[in-house]
Amino acid sequence: MVKEELSTENRPDNTAFTQQRLPAWQPILSAGIIIPGFVLIGLAFIGIGVALLVTSQSIQVMEIDYTGVDQGSPCFKCTDSTVSNCKCEIEFTIDKLFEGPVFFYYGLSNYFQNYRKYGASKDASQLSGDLDYFTSPATECDPYIKDNNDKPIVPCGSIANSMFNDSFVLSRLINGAKEVVPLDGKGISWWTDYNVKYRNPSITPLKNAFNGTVKPINWPRPAYELDTSDPANNGFINQDFLVWMRRAALPNFRKLYRRITEGNYADGLPAGDYSLEITYNYPVLSFDGRKKVVFSNVSWMGGKNEFLGIAYLVIGSLCVIMSIVMLIVYAKFKFPDED
Amino acid sequence: MGTVTSYFGQLCGQEKKKEEERLLRANDRPFNFSYHYANNAIKTSKYNIFTFLPLNLFEQFRRLANAYFLFLFCLQLIPQISSLSWFTTMVPLILVLAITAVKDASDDINRHNSDKQVNNRKVEVLLDGENEKWMTVQVGDIIKLENNQFVTADLLLLSSSEPLNLVYVETAELDGETNLKVKQALTETGEMGDNIQSLASFKGEVRCEPPNNRLDKFKGALTVNQNTFSLDNDKLLLRGCTLRNTEWCFGLVIFGGPDTKLMQNSGKTTFKRTSIDHLMNVLVLSIFGFLASMCSALAIGNAVWEVKDGSTFTVFLPREKGANAALTSFLTFWSYVIVLNTVVPISLYVSVEIIRLGNSFFINWDRKMYYPKNDTPAQARTTTLNEELGQIKYIFSDKTGTLTQNIMAFNKCSINGKAYGKYFCVDNWTWNPLDEVDFSWNQLADPKFIFHDFSLVETVREGNQEANAFFRLLALCHTVMPEEKKEGELFYQAQSPDEGALVTAARNFGFVFRSRTPETITVVEMGQHVTYELLAVLDFNNVRKRMSVIVRGPDGKITLYCKGADTILYERLESSCAKLMNITTRHLNEYAGDGLRTLVLAYKDLDERYMKEWKQRHHLASIAMDGREEQLDELYEEIEKDLVLLGATAVEDKLQDGVPQTIEQLAKADIKIWVLTGDKQETAENIGYSCNMLREEMKEIFVVAANTAEGTPVMSTSCLPQAYALDKSLQMELLRTACMCQTVICCRVTPLQKAQVVQLVKKYKQAITLAIGDGANDVSMIKAAHIGVGISGQEGMQAVLSSDFSFGQFRYLQRLLLVHGRWSYLRMCKFLQYFFYKNFTFTFVHFWYAFFCGFSAQTVYDEWFITLYNLVYTALPVLGLSIFDQDVNDRWSFQYPQLYAPGQLNQYFNKKAFVRCMMHSCYSSIILFFIPWAAMYDTVRDDGKDIADYQSFALLAQTCLIIVVSAQLCLDTHYWTAVNQFFVWGSLAAYFAVTFTMYSNGMFLIFTSIFPFIGTARNSLNQPNVWLTILLASLLCILPVVAFRFIVIQLRPTINDKVRENMRKNQRFYSIDWAFLNCCRSPAHNQGFFKFPPSGRSAERSFLLTCHPVRQEDTHSNEKYMHVHAHAETDGNTHTVCLYIHTHIA
Repeated sequence: MVKEELSTENRPDNTAFTQQRLPAWQPILSAGIIIPGFVLIGLAFIGIGVALLVTSQSIQVMEIDYTGVDQGSPCFKCTDSTVSNCKCEIEFTIDKLFEGPVFFYYGLSNYFQNYRKYGASKDASQLSGDLDYFTSPATECDPYIKDNNDKPIVPCGSIANSMFNDSFVLSRLINGAKEVVPLDGKGISWWTDYNVKYRNPSITPLKNAFNGTVKPINWPRPAYELDTSDPANNGFINQDFLVWMRRAALPNFRKLYRRITEGNYADGLPAGDYSLEITYNYPVLSFDGRKKVVFSNVSWMGGKNEFLGIAYLVIGSLCVIMSIVMLIVYAKFKFPDED
Repeated sequence: MGTVTSYFGQLCGQEKKKEEERLLRANDRPFNFSYHYANNAIKTSKYNIFTFLPLNLFEQFRRLANAYFLFLFCLQLIPQISSLSWFTTMVPLILVLAITAVKDASDDINRHNSDKQVNNRKVEVLLDGENEKWMTVQVGDIIKLENNQFVTADLLLLSSSEPLNLVYVETAELDGETNLKVKQALTETGEMGDNIQSLASFKGEVRCEPPNNRLDKFKGALTVNQNTFSLDNDKLLLRGCTLRNTEWCFGLVIFGGPDTKLMQNSGKTTFKRTSIDHLMNVLVLSIFGFLASMCSALAIGNAVWEVKDGSTFTVFLPREKGANAALTSFLTFWSYVIVLNTVVPISLYVSVEIIRLGNSFFINWDRKMYYPKNDTPAQARTTTLNEELGQIKYIFSDKTGTLTQNIMAFNKCSINGKAYGKYFCVDNWTWNPLDEVDFSWNQLADPKFIFHDFSLVETVREGNQEANAFFRLLALCHTVMPEEKKEGELFYQAQSPDEGALVTAARNFGFVFRSRTPETITVVEMGQHVTYELLAVLDFNNVRKRMSVIVRGPDGKITLYCKGADTILYERLESSCAKLMNITTRHLNEYAGDGLRTLVLAYKDLDERYMKEWKQRHHLASIAMDGREEQLDELYEEIEKDLVLLGATAVEDKLQDGVPQTIEQLAKADIKIWVLTGDKQETAENIGYSCNMLREEMKEIFVVAANTAEGTPVMSTSCLPQAYALDKSLQMELLRTACMCQTVICCRVTPLQKAQVVQLVKKYKQAITLAIGDGANDVSMIKAAHIGVGISGQEGMQAVLSSDFSFGQFRYLQRLLLVHGRWSYLRMCKFLQYFFYKNFTFTFVHFWYAFFCGFSAQTVYDEWFITLYNLVYTALPVLGLSIFDQDVNDRWSFQYPQLYAPGQLNQYFNKKAFVRCMMHSCYSSIILFFIPWAAMYDTVRDDGKDIADYQSFALLAQTCLIIVVSAQLCLDTHYWTAVNQFFVWGSLAAYFAVTFTMYSNGMFLIFTSIFPFIGTARNSLNQPNVWLTILLASLLCILPVVAFRFIVIQLRPTINDKVRENMRKNQRFYSIDWAFLNCCRSPAHNQGFFKFPPSGRSAERSFLLTCHPVRQEDTHSNEKYMHVHAHAETDGNTHTVCLYIHTHIA
């Protein structure tokens, strides 16, 4: 028989890809890698955990609840909503130097800034200074788009409307005399919020941009008069406003109020007696909320949070225990070499 | 207009009666118009420019998943409910719809083009003597076709250029068969020739059956001048055929366009769905249920929260008017339906399709399933069934052409009680050429024909009456077409290779079938031309199992020659043949025992008068419109009796290469192979032995006799087919018996019974079945089984055309199942498991967050992340996993066929695995929510500023999630190609790149309200505690999985784990230097040294290898594959090495 020249027109290509022979790495969960791996990870975790825990423990935190739930507390008198411009004063003592820089936070509890409709209720275009949205705010701002006279609210929406408006004056009591601790309100918000996300309309004076609009219902003053002491700190780039607008992820949260970095207090709050004068405006008792002030310093890992350190320690230890368990299992049950 | 009216006709429904009979008159358009027959325009396209969008969208939204997402989108448009921006569901939906629409559109454009091209082909229509477009041709027109033209419509052949009004057609486009077929016009119409006048005035009236899709049947009658002639399939030229070897012909259009048999056959294909499909549907439905219950739980939670907290929180967020807890919780339910919709991701279905397509391509591309002899690669004709290839439990195989080559060789015969021919073993290399009979005395002999008994030639040349009659019968009684391109160079076109072999045998023994016309057959008998008048042909079919011709010899004697299955013919023999019958039966049993295919030959002389009368009745029966077949059968039955036995033929059909090994492998994989064959029990049994299905140690071969489909001895059930064989009461009995057997061979099975056996197993064993066959008789079984495999062999393409997978040789089946099938199944299961995991994990985090955000349907993540998660960030890695992953490579898959078993038992993915996967997701999501929650609780940045805000928290949670699901994917990936690496790292990089881009100043300044997360990435990802949280969450998700898997591997290793471990140990032996391979190749030196690692490195050691070549494959190609088992001896330990050598041999 003559061997014919076979046609090979349809013969598939002989490439590693088409023949599924691509070079590949085929890792296996082998004891030689897994068990030492667990030990190493465990040790590393324990190391990180110790470092975190030590760091966290070096951070000083002082919290003072001033809601005034108890009849005996200084702010109880202000919980009556009929009283306006109520001021109360809380005194406290610092035993040893509170190392600076000290950060002064206010905290709210049971406050649902993360409620979907609350969070959606703002107009990003308006807040970036777009004048078109001053006259007709976006529908997301519901229920604070316009007031009863059908005038647009600027800034519109629930978040802006509910801005925290208690204010604090911190004084150190030296021999019965009050020395006011200077509070630094600059640079307490994110750089991007201050410079990019929120902008005032480029109209001077700023007041004119707000012609034909009304202030949010809960606000005592319009947006362009938020900070009477510093004209540059007004409108949408007011630091307190920016901090408030960055809504919290969880119902219990704290927000930066001021920093204590100046004068005699640059190194921190010295031991001694202090008095905190609170202008009590913000109602939280109706929904069983709590208000507090927090003094804290920070470390490289941020504020005080012992969870991370403990978690790293626990998991590191578990890894080491697990590696021992696996070693026992491996030694005892290792499946036999069979063909 | 026509289409519009027909459209309205369809709309109005039953008004248009179903056509019961077609009546048409040649050259009479007005008359034919009155019946509103379809003209010859075809329309396979579905849409036009205007209908495309609405129709295509309608089609697409009929799919449940798409409709669901449309529903979600509508929900999102309700402001009270919308918890996500419109784009989160719209972008994926539009993308999926667009991809499908583009694919549909391009398909439809192709169809439009081919329609246009076909409809605008020109053909000469007699009515106006002009070339008209195909689409304007009407029923009743007479048209002229020329050589190599496509047949325009279903035509009644009227006349042709060839003698006796023959035409030759090729039906490749219709049924895939490439041999020429003959059609013949009625003599009465053929007389018109190409006389235009008489054709134009032809006023024949045709009455025939309505349009249908049977290609091999046609019933009708032609009335010309009050004479009625019978019309059958032989006179019909079907659309789709091509005219060959015929100068011209004229035909009358009977069916046009959509009514033609070609068009009637296209379209409606029954969709096969895999068991994974079913499982997926069940799972998706249960996920819907689960989604509903999750949403209900959250809605209740919302109601409680509203009463307890929400109603008092009105200072800062007033409730809407009229809103109470019940209403808000109702709205919350729907809001959460939107938020949690990602448990049923739209990309699931798209991804599944892509994976299957990819795996189908790998089948098409596999060179190891390419058959070089025919230049046929393997083909996945259905791209939706791949994973089922990894779950096959039962294989039903045809024998002829599937296990055997279907290249027939006339090997032995028994003439008048004397046996001729010696049996030689299958191995063709041991043939001694001196044994071969010399046929040089016969000028017309086929040089390729080989026979091993001189005495037969002598007997024939001596003029032995019976021997001459024997070969005369073989030369006359068949349907072979001769082709004589050059004088003396005969080629036979046979529809079945058996017939070809028999006619070729007759040719070499001096009875050369030379030419045929519908009325004569010319045979060169020992050098003399003899022409026989062909009076009748009594066709072969599967029920009759015999074929007869009635011829009148030159001496005027009328003889009926009959050949057929022994069981059938023995019933119809003259009583005087009893003694001869006994001897022949003995011979037959011997032949069958050798695995040969046998036929019995008989003849009968007829007298002139009876014949004339019978012919009359035959004519009447053949033009009858009702019960034509029954009447004809009766007539055939009447004349085919009292036959005189001549002898028997035995034809050898060689086994294909590698069949025994394949069967052995498949048996090791615990796949049951049932051979279903029409052959006799002895033949089948013998084939069973030679292909390793039956082995000597199997003592108990019991034959289930009669009444069942299985092995029935000589008493055939052919006349009482399915009714008895698969009788209800016996079905279960048969199944139970058969399933207890190691090997099942069913013989004497008709095509219908093959399908019934398949259905029986499918129904009662709940197992995945595969049917493999090569011929038209296997089509029903191929369609019945879960997976049909066609072998493109000698018997045309019908089996291939109706199959799901096709290739050239039976032995490729083991690669298809053990390698491609197993991988496809593994990949699909891994895909589903991982896909559900990643989406559940993603979604459950929302569930936990609900408890902290007042059940307000606040999402945890950025909306853009939700949009892109399935689409961009996790799409490619999982595709990479499910297209490239291999637990072990093909060599090891062959080495350990047991690896196939988990697929049969559905072990890789089932409801249990799904629940496990959900629990795993639940764990991961708890970690992914509560670790960031605890780590961020009341904490601040290292500069005292805010980091526990919503946006930072969202970014932290989503970053943890992306890293965890990527790491989980890495754990699941066993086979890391560069592509996988690229996909995984690329997706992670894309996540960070896209995130930083979307949170950049530029994007915010351009699209202020769309990207509110400005600056979040910069402000939080530069914090060490954020990264420490991510690390903690990721490792807490991954490490337990690693530990769990490690311990399970140690305690209860699966077969896969064992093989992988084994593979890891043996891997180093693969890098063996080539010198050793050379010594392996020559059988004389089967020992050699090889060095490891390859020379030049340290720690080099020598091993002594002894190797035993196991088998060689693909001897037909230049490539040689060789399996070698070798033993390497090192330090007294023996390692078994499996080599798979793949070399080019010059």
